[in-house]
Amino acid sequence: MDLENQKRIKELADKHGKDDLIIILGGAEAEASGLAAETVTSGDPTFAGPLAGVQLGLSVFHILELKDQVDEQIWEDQVSMMEMVLDVDEIIKEVQTYRN
Amino acid sequence: MELKGKKVAILGDRDGIPGPAIQECLKSAGAEVVFSTTECFV
Repeated sequence: MDLENQKRIKELADKHGKDDLIIILGGAEAEASGLAAETVTSGDPTFAGPLAGVQLGLSVFHILELKDQVDEQIWEDQVSMMEMVLDVDEIIKEVQTYRN
Repeated sequence: MELKGKKVAILGDRDGIPGPAIQECLKSAGAEVVFSTTECFV
């Protein structure tokens, strides 16, 4: 995960509180999505950024898990195309492992 | 997990679902977007 974004997420967690902030991912691949999820829960696995060794324990979801809460027409316009080409099940499975 | 009224930070992906697209979705779900970006994982 981008080092600058790690810094921003850390600041946001400090500002809003860990319990009140949810991270939503849009990653194209399961592996990249899993790495981002790991970074905001147990810390940067590459030990390169501001979240190295920082266990924020934030709630993290992929947008593909939240379809039922999104307006149908907006989903159709913004996400449905990518939903068809991405490996939805694999991405969701990977992100879920960091919530358990 | 109910999104309505929750504060959310978006980490979009240029090759997946970009930040602005996710932002539109989450706004329609009643969430408060406090940060949105689009990463490039390549």
